[in-house]
Amino acid sequence: MSERLSVFKTYKLFIGGKFPRSESGRVYEVTAATSAADAAGKGNWLANAPLSSRKDGRDAVVAARKAFGAWSGATAYNRGQILYRVAEMLEGRREQFAAEVADAEGLSKAKAAAQVDAAIDRWVWYAGWTDKIAQIAGGTNPVAGPFFNVSSPAPTGVVALVAPGESSFLGLVSVIAPAIAAGNTVVVVASEKAPLPALSLGEVLATSDLPGGVVNILSGRAAEIAPSLAAHQDVNAIDLAGADAELAKELETAAADNLKRVLRPQPVDWSAAPGTGRLLAFLETKTVWHPTGSLGAGGSSY
Amino acid sequence: MAFEYAPAPESRAVVDIAPSYGLFIDGEFVESSGGGLDKTVSPATEEVLAEYTRATAEDVDRAVRAARKAFEKWSALPGSERAKYLFRIARIIQERSRELAVLETLDNGKPIKETRDADLPLVAAHFVYYAGWADKLEHAGFGPDPKPLGVAGQVIPWNFPLLMLAWKIAPALAAGNTVVLKPAETTPLSALFFADICRQAGLPKGVVNILTGDGSTGAALVAHDGIDKVAFTGSTAVGKQIARTVAGTRKKLTLELGGKGANIVFDDAPIDQAVEGIVNGIFFNQGQVCCAGSRLLVQESVQDELLDALKRRMSTLRVGDPLDKNTDVGAINSAEQLARITELADSGTAEGAERWAPSCELPSQGYWFAPTLFTNVTQAHRIAREEIFGPVLSVLTFRTPAEAVAKANNSQYGLSAGIWTEKGSRMLAVADKLRAGVVWANTFNKFDPTSPFGGFKESGFGREGGRHGLEAYLDV
Repeated sequence: MSERLSVFKTYKLFIGGKFPRSESGRVYEVTAATSAADAAGKGNWLANAPLSSRKDGRDAVVAARKAFGAWSGATAYNRGQILYRVAEMLEGRREQFAAEVADAEGLSKAKAAAQVDAAIDRWVWYAGWTDKIAQIAGGTNPVAGPFFNVSSPAPTGVVALVAPGESSFLGLVSVIAPAIAAGNTVVVVASEKAPLPALSLGEVLATSDLPGGVVNILSGRAAEIAPSLAAHQDVNAIDLAGADAELAKELETAAADNLKRVLRPQPVDWSAAPGTGRLLAFLETKTVWHPTGSLGAGGSSY
Repeated sequence: MAFEYAPAPESRAVVDIAPSYGLFIDGEFVESSGGGLDKTVSPATEEVLAEYTRATAEDVDRAVRAARKAFEKWSALPGSERAKYLFRIARIIQERSRELAVLETLDNGKPIKETRDADLPLVAAHFVYYAGWADKLEHAGFGPDPKPLGVAGQVIPWNFPLLMLAWKIAPALAAGNTVVLKPAETTPLSALFFADICRQAGLPKGVVNILTGDGSTGAALVAHDGIDKVAFTGSTAVGKQIARTVAGTRKKLTLELGGKGANIVFDDAPIDQAVEGIVNGIFFNQGQVCCAGSRLLVQESVQDELLDALKRRMSTLRVGDPLDKNTDVGAINSAEQLARITELADSGTAEGAERWAPSCELPSQGYWFAPTLFTNVTQAHRIAREEIFGPVLSVLTFRTPAEAVAKANNSQYGLSAGIWTEKGSRMLAVADKLRAGVVWANTFNKFDPTSPFGGFKESGFGREGGRHGLEAYLDV
């Protein structure tokens, strides 16, 4: 009896809730991390990933902008429920992601599974932040006058994320989840050499009640796609987590053109507790004033 | 023109009620050491729903020991793991919310419309919210590593049985405490159902213990040496007794007690919207709400217009079968409560206030009280001072904002207030002067797990909900 022949998956992009191929028609070979020594890269072939173009990036920005109004306007409670739903969906596909992460990062099964577990828990962590961040980042201000004055955080807008290159899944989730928990929509450039867990994450997000366009995932060369995102006039912020020093400088320079908020790359232990840094990075503070009048002794003066 | 409604009953077949219940101690239902059984009835029909156990002081001791034993491991769990337990509980409540809504309506007498659309969504949301805090305590503003207190003894009332359970248990568990909770004697069933949810969620045994019983069970729990925290929601009289009991101990205390909320309507208020808010403020849950807007303060110049509109609206309220989806006002929770409402309303008439109620047919079985309005009420009347905890609204008038504030604050209580005006500065100035823990402007009876709730003065101390709600369960 011959062994059953498996069915390969065609890995596709995730844009506006749909799964298109790259408009350019290009793909590139993705190989297992253990076969990196093979110069031709053909040793341990995993899949052909879409090689996104700048046009794919622009399409993704359009989708993210379109989704921003409803997502930022959704209640924090609703956003939290959806992020938790992502964790629920991911838990059911734990084995698949552990295998993909093992291949992508050259990890043992146990170590890869630990990465996936941490990524699932990270969604839970950020699910709990949606309705709390305003309570630690906002507050009333006791101004010296008859005014009610309150500051609240508001999402920055469309955020471009250059995902970490090494941590293909936990690092990826660690940059996506805080940005959308805060109410932003995102365009993610997945790890260039290990994009498959990211592309599979799109399948999870598509079945987690997350509105299409809130997260858009591109695979390809960061050096090709990221500069046009950094220069894009309808992108409000950029997270340079996965950019090397040279690319980061180029992107930050381009980002200055419309004063994008820039989160510079820094050494991060993705398995450590994340804190609130990435939540606060993509929040604006809005302060509202309103007169209160006063109750005079002889009656009311308002 | 009167509309005719066909009956639209919610099916009670969705929920199973056992003939009798034990006590939930250390993860399982057990028999009492010697306490007898009491009956819980449907207030709408007086039908016996089930028998439950009256826990003895010995049972209290057993439950506190179980909670103490469980505390060691529960408090040592990473917050992220406690969070996941609480998220599980929240999700199971969401899944089983129709069962719980029907059960709550049967046991409490409140309309299914309210249990389905208010109580249950808020219960689930409360667990979701505090689930999220369990692994974020160091961000809550109470220091870098706030610690739980230990075992919490919690006593809750009958007006929002499951919601009050959620308000008590969710923050306690998130902060790392374990609990012994006593539901009210007339509404034990949803708390006993909750024990089954803990089982489904795989919650470690002993973390949540549920003891049914009467006032003596509650008193034994509050007095037990093995608890570190007392949380009580109920009457001001019992709250004061509890404060005396814990005096001289190290037990941390939070109390959420009575109220006599003022709902202030200014002459520029949108009248139709205000009428809806007034009706919601006093007839939601038959007025058996500690934060009810039970005193209407209306500016003299709009008194006639407002009262005409209010009476018209009250005439359209549908009083009757709580399981009917069209019912606005259900049954009073118990014969005892009905007697109290009746006595206080009669005192209103006797003291010279003018009583009005729409003509409405009340069922012959069960405990019922028609929505009632008193005008010509003075501040000295009992119905203006004492908490009625029923569908009875006392109307007073004022001329200036300062007078409205003075009258609103003329109360031993300070839980809630309402302000109706189109002018933002007036709203904020009045809110600033009101001595009340929750002030609703151009709305009323709004609740959210993120929003702290609790009173000034003799309405109690401590807050439930929001970041502030964690403080009650942390050693800070």
